[in-house]
Amino acid sequence: MNSTEPLWEIFIRSKQGLDHKHVGSLHAADAETAIENARDVYTRRMEGVSIWAVESKYIHATNPDEAESLFDPAEDKIYRHPTFYNLPDELKYM
Amino acid sequence: MDSKATNNSKNDLVNYILYLADSSLVMGHRLSEWTGHGPMIEQDIAITNIALDLIGQARNFYQYASEISNSIDPGKKKITEDDLAYLRNADEFKNLLLTELPNGDWAMTIGKIFFFSTWQFYFYQKLIYSSDKQLSAIAEKSLKEVTYHVKWSSDWVIRLGDGTEESKKRMQKAIDDLWPYTGEMFVAAEFEINLENSVTINVSSIKKDWLDKIKAFLKEATLEMPEDGWMQSGGKNGIHTEHLGYILAEMQFMQRAYPGLEW
Repeated sequence: MNSTEPLWEIFIRSKQGLDHKHVGSLHAADAETAIENARDVYTRRMEGVSIWAVESKYIHATNPDEAESLFDPAEDKIYRHPTFYNLPDELKYM
Repeated sequence: MDSKATNNSKNDLVNYILYLADSSLVMGHRLSEWTGHGPMIEQDIAITNIALDLIGQARNFYQYASEISNSIDPGKKKITEDDLAYLRNADEFKNLLLTELPNGDWAMTIGKIFFFSTWQFYFYQKLIYSSDKQLSAIAEKSLKEVTYHVKWSSDWVIRLGDGTEESKKRMQKAIDDLWPYTGEMFVAAEFEINLENSVTINVSSIKKDWLDKIKAFLKEATLEMPEDGWMQSGGKNGIHTEHLGYILAEMQFMQRAYPGLEW
C-alpha cells in the first residue's frame, strides 16, 4: 500500500512560533489524508497548531555537490553585512 | 429529600456514570487491540490515539463515579477508579453492546467508531447542559476529541464505501452487521429515566440527528442504508454478548492475579 501512495513532507508551526518547521514525512493517498495523518503522527504532544503538507515531489532542493559554488562565495563578502556603524553608547538595545 | 431518596438517586447517578465510563473503556480497549497491527503506520497511530482519548474519558467518569459511590455509605471501604475498572464482573458492566463487538477487519472497526463517535458527538453536545457540573465539564472536554473521531472515521467510511469493489463490499457488510447494535444507543435504561430531569439527557431526542448524519455520510460513501429490524439490547443492564467476558479476562488479569500491583 505504501509504495503506491505518494510521500508528503510535513511542516508544523508551534503555538509560539512564526514559521512552519519541517518535522518529517509520511505516506498518504491525498491531501486531506496527509493533513489528518500529520495531525495524528506529528501533533500528539502539542507540537503545533498549524500544519502544512506538501507532496515531496514538489520540493526542489539544492544539490549538496553544488554547495561550494552556491554558498561559499558569501563567506568573504563582509561589506554585505551592516556591521560598520558606530553606535553611540546611549543606544542599549540595537 | 430524605436520605433514602437521596441515596437512590445517587445510585442511579453512579449507574449512569458507569454506563458512560464502561462504554468508553471497552471501546478504547477494543481499539487498542489494533496497536502494532494497523494497516499503515499512520493509521496504527491514529487508532491508538483514539483509544487513548476514550480511555481518558473513561478515567474522568470512573473518578467521578467512585467519588459519588464513596459518599453514599461513608462507613464502607473507599473505592477508586481502578476498583471500578478492574474488579467488576461482566454482569456489572453497563457498556453499550456495540463497544464490545470484535474488531473484525478494518472496515468493521471503522464502522464501530463511526456509529459510536457520532452518537457521542450528539450526546456530549447535550450533556454539556446537564445540571451536574462535573458531567458537563467532562462532556465539554470530550466533545473536542469526539469531533475529530467523527471526522476521521467518516472520512474512512467514504474512502472505503466509494472505493474499490472489495472495499465497498466490506464496508457495506460492516454497516449491515453492526446495525442491530445501534438501537440500544437511543433506548434509556431505568437509571437514565430516573435522572432525566436535568442531570441526564433524553437519549431518544438525539436519534433523529444521529440518523440524519449517518444517512448523509452513507450517501456520500455510495453505501446502502440498512433496513431497520430487531435491535439488540441489554448492555446497560449488565446483559452482554459472549465477547465481554474475554475482554475483561485480558484487561483485568493483572489486577486480579496480583492485587494492588503498581507500575
